Amino acid sequence: MLGATPEAYDPDLMIVELNDEQLALRTVVHDFCEAEIAPHAEAWDRDHTFPADTVRAMGELGLFGIPFPEAYGGGGADLTTLCVALEELAKYDQSMAMTVEAGVGLGANPIFHFGTEEQRQQWLPDLCAGRTLGGFGLTEPDAGSDAGGTRTRAVLDEAAGEWVINGEKAFITNSGTELTSIVTITAVTGEAGGGRPEISAIVVPAGTPGFDVARPYRKMGWHASDTHGLAFTDCRVPEANLLGARGKGFAQFLAILDEGRVAIAAVALGVIECCLAECQRYANERMAFGRPIGANQAVAFKVADMAVMAECARGLVYGAARLRDAGRPFKKEAAIAKLYATEAAVTATREATQVFGGYGYIDETLVSRQYRDAKILEIGEGTSEIQRLVISRELGLPVT
Amino acid sequence: MNIVVCVKQIPDPAEPGALDPNTKTLKRDGKLILDESDSYGVEMALQLADAAGGGEVTLVSMAPNSETSGLRTALAMGAAKSVLVSDPALSGTDALGTAKILAAAIKRVEGADLILTATESSDGYTGTVPEQIAELLGLPSITFAKSIAIDGGTVKVQRQTEAGYDECEAPLPAVVSVTAGVVEPRYPSFKGIMAAKSKPVDEVDCAALGIDPGSVGWAGGGQEIVTVEAAPAREAGEVVEDDGTGFEKIVAFLDNLKVI
Ligand SMILES: Cc1cc2nc3c(=O)[nH]c(=O)nc-3n(C[C@H](O)[C@H](O)[C@H](O)COP(=O)(O)OP(=O)(O)OC[C@H]3O[C@@H](n4cnc5c(N)ncnc54)[C@H](O)[C@@H]3O)c2cc1C
Repeated sequence: MLGATPEAYDPDLMIVELNDEQLALRTVVHDFCEAEIAPHAEAWDRDHTFPADTVRAMGELGLFGIPFPEAYGGGGADLTTLCVALEELAKYDQSMAMTVEAGVGLGANPIFHFGTEEQRQQWLPDLCAGRTLGGFGLTEPDAGSDAGGTRTRAVLDEAAGEWVINGEKAFITNSGTELTSIVTITAVTGEAGGGRPEISAIVVPAGTPGFDVARPYRKMGWHASDTHGLAFTDCRVPEANLLGARGKGFAQFLAILDEGRVAIAAVALGVIECCLAECQRYANERMAFGRPIGANQAVAFKVADMAVMAECARGLVYGAARLRDAGRPFKKEAAIAKLYATEAAVTATREATQVFGGYGYIDETLVSRQYRDAKILEIGEGTSEIQRLVISRELGLPVT
Repeated sequence: MNIVVCVKQIPDPAEPGALDPNTKTLKRDGKLILDESDSYGVEMALQLADAAGGGEVTLVSMAPNSETSGLRTALAMGAAKSVLVSDPALSGTDALGTAKILAAAIKRVEGADLILTATESSDGYTGTVPEQIAELLGLPSITFAKSIAIDGGTVKVQRQTEAGYDECEAPLPAVVSVTAGVVEPRYPSFKGIMAAKSKPVDEVDCAALGIDPGSVGWAGGGQEIVTVEAAPAREAGEVVEDDGTGFEKIVAFLDNLKVI
């Protein structure tokens, strides 16, 4: 007998219909992208510019506050609505989509979920308004997928009432911009028993002495998104900056990772849709051998495949978001959406580059930028391998 | 400072429009959006209310099928409320009929100090409605405003002309039409979008406005669209090979156009 539980196929949860406000938001983000992002994205990419004013303007649109309660200056909406905005942004510029995705998912979300009322009041209103940006530092030079292998240490100086942090973080998004107000980091704060480290989360305000932000990385893509290595040398922050329960830092982070995975999948969806639209146009316009290149099945079928990928990714992204917003378990669905949509985005951008021929290899071509930008989607917030691991475990397989 | 802005909801110009072969008018049965030329009036009104330190911006619109999509956009930008006139009898209403309806709707808004409109709509383009509204309401009218300032009971307007601008003033209340492009309409924020959901839309029909349905719509129209013809295709330009005297040809061409 097939073991599928009936609720896994709840028809109500399988229909994705955006409400009027989500449709209106999509229009506004679209108009904003056309006027404020599209004309500049290529120059930002070329010059590795983080456009702080554009990020502030996205803040004024309310994009950084979408899923948070109005009491903290948020939009009082949900993950589905955030995905609508990210999908649209990613059609134009993954860097701007990721600045919002990381600002919401890694910067503000941990504070909202695990912060005390005082911590929420202190940081959330500015983060929600996009007046400031937050980051989350989990990855270290020697601990990425295996984030439990964190080596950064924080020792409580009880007399001073301060945490003293020493260690390093690697690849931290939004950590060194002029808007950055905080980076929440994971650090070993003791021993949990059985020789396992006790890992906690601590909020480090930007500019704290002993918190050094390294030069930005030279990256293959995401040139307008801000990524740095961070070093902590006897960096002291108030004891009250402990986020959530002591020893729960890692577990907490894992708990909110699922939402981030759906959000990244929404970015990937926008990328696929961008490739589809660009190739639909180009395959009709570009002439070779006296006819449009789209007259060749070899080209047309690539575009057809992109449409298939877009449809599949859309269903997975909004299906997972819908489950989350209905308060249902969605760990497996989030991992499936992230895995499929990001791998499809890499395929779609590679094939779009092929459709564009030589122009596809030139940096200023949109699909070329999307191609360079897309690869990291399969790596950040849990690699494809880690997603397969999560899915396998959710399926009850005895993988380690 | 209470300001009324007349806004039109039109078929999305980005979509291919279609004419109804019987009535020879634009089909308006799909979703309508805020006419971009009205977004400048909305922005201007919001700025003026802000500068005055308070007051409400109220929208007035006439549209088929109780359409509110375009109104929601302007409400999301920050307008407080709106009056929507929708009535099957209004189908086919011409410019004067529209002005009658809008003037009657504006009268429902208490304490309006200023009425703003666009100079013309993007789909109809008669460019006559603002002045007709002013006449029907017995108010002064200033057209083609590029900037507006309120000074006590007076509205001071820089009125765009071909050569520059005129400085005009009128006592309030007055009707002022705003030139497209003179302010930068704000993007509705997500909070604005959420708030717009619950802002009041006072929907009325001809009867509620005390207007005889026979005096508007096809019945009351003083004009008839006899035929519609496609605009002539643009003619090919003249190609001149530059033999070293090309600049002279350019100068002669511009001189002929009387632009230099
Ligand atoms: C531009 C950018 C932005 C980033 N932003 C952030 C951020 O804001 N915050 C943050 O904390 N991190 C951030 N990261 C780090 C990112 O999340 C990690 O790079 C990612 O999790 C992988 O970790 P790693 O690089 O250490 O690779 P490793 O963990 O060393 O993995 C190397 C390879 O081994 C595979 N592998 C590892 N373990 C297993 C396993 N058990 N089974 C099968 N395969 C396995 C991986 O899938 C991968 O293919 C960012 C990275 C980049 C490049």
